[in-house]
Amino acid sequence: MNPNLNLSLWLIPVLPLAGAAINGFLGKKSSRTAVSAVGLVFCGAAFAWALTAAIRFWPSSDAPYEEYLAHWIRSGTFTADFAFYLDRLSMVMMLVVTGVGFLIHIYSVGYMWDDPSYYRFFTYLNLFMFFMLTLVLANNYLLMFIGWEGVGLASYLLIGFWFTKDSAASAGKKAFIVNRIGDFGFLIGLFLLIQHFGSLNFAQLFDKIRPLGVETGGAGLLTAIGILLMVGACGKSAQIPLYVWLPDAMEGPTPVSALIHAATMVTAGVYMVSRSHVIFERAPIALTVVAIIGTLTALFAATIGIAQTDIKKVLAYSTVSQLGYMFMACGAGAFSAGIFHLMTHAFFKGLLFLGAGSVIHAVGGEQDMRKMGGLKTYIPTTFATMLIATLAIAGIPPLAGFWSKDEILWKAYQANPVYWVIGAITAFITSFYMFRLLFMTFWGDYKGIQVDDHGKAHAAHGHGEHGHGEPHESPMVMLVPLMILAALSLVGGLVGVHNAFEHFLEPVFGSEFPKAITEGSGNTEWLLMGISVLFAFAGPILAYTLYVSKPELPEKIAAKMNGLYEAVLNKYYVDEIYAAVFVKPLVDASTKVLWQGVDRKVIDDSINDAADGAKHVSDNVRHMQSGNLRSYAGWIAAGSALVIAYMVWLGVGR
Amino acid sequence: MVPLSYYLMLSGILFACGVTGFLIKRNIITIFMSIELMLNGVNLSFVAFAAHWHALAGQVFVFFVMVVAAAEAAVGLAIIIAVYRTRETLNVDQVNLLKL
Repeated sequence: MNPNLNLSLWLIPVLPLAGAAINGFLGKKSSRTAVSAVGLVFCGAAFAWALTAAIRFWPSSDAPYEEYLAHWIRSGTFTADFAFYLDRLSMVMMLVVTGVGFLIHIYSVGYMWDDPSYYRFFTYLNLFMFFMLTLVLANNYLLMFIGWEGVGLASYLLIGFWFTKDSAASAGKKAFIVNRIGDFGFLIGLFLLIQHFGSLNFAQLFDKIRPLGVETGGAGLLTAIGILLMVGACGKSAQIPLYVWLPDAMEGPTPVSALIHAATMVTAGVYMVSRSHVIFERAPIALTVVAIIGTLTALFAATIGIAQTDIKKVLAYSTVSQLGYMFMACGAGAFSAGIFHLMTHAFFKGLLFLGAGSVIHAVGGEQDMRKMGGLKTYIPTTFATMLIATLAIAGIPPLAGFWSKDEILWKAYQANPVYWVIGAITAFITSFYMFRLLFMTFWGDYKGIQVDDHGKAHAAHGHGEHGHGEPHESPMVMLVPLMILAALSLVGGLVGVHNAFEHFLEPVFGSEFPKAITEGSGNTEWLLMGISVLFAFAGPILAYTLYVSKPELPEKIAAKMNGLYEAVLNKYYVDEIYAAVFVKPLVDASTKVLWQGVDRKVIDDSINDAADGAKHVSDNVRHMQSGNLRSYAGWIAAGSALVIAYMVWLGVGR
Repeated sequence: MVPLSYYLMLSGILFACGVTGFLIKRNIITIFMSIELMLNGVNLSFVAFAAHWHALAGQVFVFFVMVVAAAEAAVGLAIIIAVYRTRETLNVDQVNLLKL
């Protein structure tokens, strides 16, 4: 670390916070232009400053840079400070978050323009940026946890942005509660770290852990910590068994889905696991757990994605599936591959969501793909960018997704060929459902309802019930971010050619990990790559057959495989199972035992009885206060007689 | 020499008379006089003990009690007159404004 370097990293999270404060306190009375200016300027400034910091940090980026801002907790030997940590890993994250975040801010100006709570949206969005950057730049787990909880809060606020809609409000709650389950594991992991290593500071902690050997004999302390951290990551990054909140989170405005529930926040779990790679590398069982969860989630979510008809739900399950890939990579010990996919995924999935937003905007708020179709002539720019993103996520070379996905599959093959098999199948399914989305939306005839009068924008929702004529292209302010992200999706993968990205992250992850085998010959790699490319191309062919050339086929197939199709259509009934196994017993127990039993019978009744008793006693006693002087005197006399008698008795007893 | 117990006996009887009168009489003046009777019953026991133990404290106490009794008589009679003027009765059973 260069001691003379001062990057003022604290500015990066604080700038969006200032934007959120200004918009939050003054936005209600300001004009939309002023609100957008504040939101964009502060977010853009954070991006600019992050870029500057990255450029200045670059020459000495082999070693991490730490910046101390203020002290926070000093308790005995334990310290946690407001301090920031920059290495190549957090640099990548910081640039992705601010860069993609800024683009989505720009897009939101167009998308949310008609919303009555315009200022509130930008306040939350900037607040999210603040917490996300805190998460990414923190130099200890505790500060990271603040960001972790903060993005959860922002996510909750933004999912429930249209809180008058019941489904949006409950989706927000669901996201928050499911995340709490994960955070519980994360916190216990942190407690274990404090208890055994006395620190949460990354540098100190990892220095203490590095000398420890790999836990080969079986599960040990590091395994426990690793699995607990993974529980936290499962919550935030929507992995089995805690993924259920993410599809529901699509109730939020589409830019939110793009920024929080695709590009940045949901990748926090991947970032956290990668950041904790020192722990995971020494706990093979924990790594296996990560890999299995990731692999299963990838496949599971992808199959659900096949049958969804809501354009955003398809993308949501696709996000869950792609996050599964990232965990698969982490579990295979290839953290850099996971981060690489995180970055490319931020580009193309952000683009897909923004594109979907543009489509939804074009057809006047409709999200059901069965009511779209034929849109490529109406909204050609959106179509072109969506096509690029679809090609990228499908893993068609040489777009971004191909490089990162191939990297993951290759690393997964080295760890265990089973991961590769499932990963490759998932890649095929991914390619299929993405092209299905594309064909259903853009090919064929427009099946939407044509409304004649081009009425005024309805005030209820951003993309509410515009009176719509034909589907129309979005304004430039929405298209420009699409184009930039499309460019990134096109070329973003090239940073990974010749393992350049892996070498770039080597100072962080090192090459110490024994699993980093390179025994596999070049031929195997080429063969595997060939197979996955074949799969990537098979997807669109199958999708074209089913949804463009023979549109009657899907129904026939669905009818033939009725049970399976029903299960997939209903997302394997996971929500229903959770409701029956966890939610219902919990609600019943709370209602019958805690509410009716404890709260009403014990607490309420004891208090009411005490009050009733006091009332009864005083009702009786009040007759003593008759106002009759002689009865008072009688009481006094009787009382004194009693006291005297007692004294006499005492005297006699002695 | 009269034994101490006689004095105490008389003192007790006087006090009991006072208490009884206080309890059964309705006229405020009579009640007031009963109070004086109780006070003087106590006074008697004070002086009896003082004489018995040859200690002056008892005598001094009696003076205090008498002073207080005089003051009480002054204030008490004033109150009684005030009560009579406003309510035109001295029956305590009818002076019961303080009841609930």
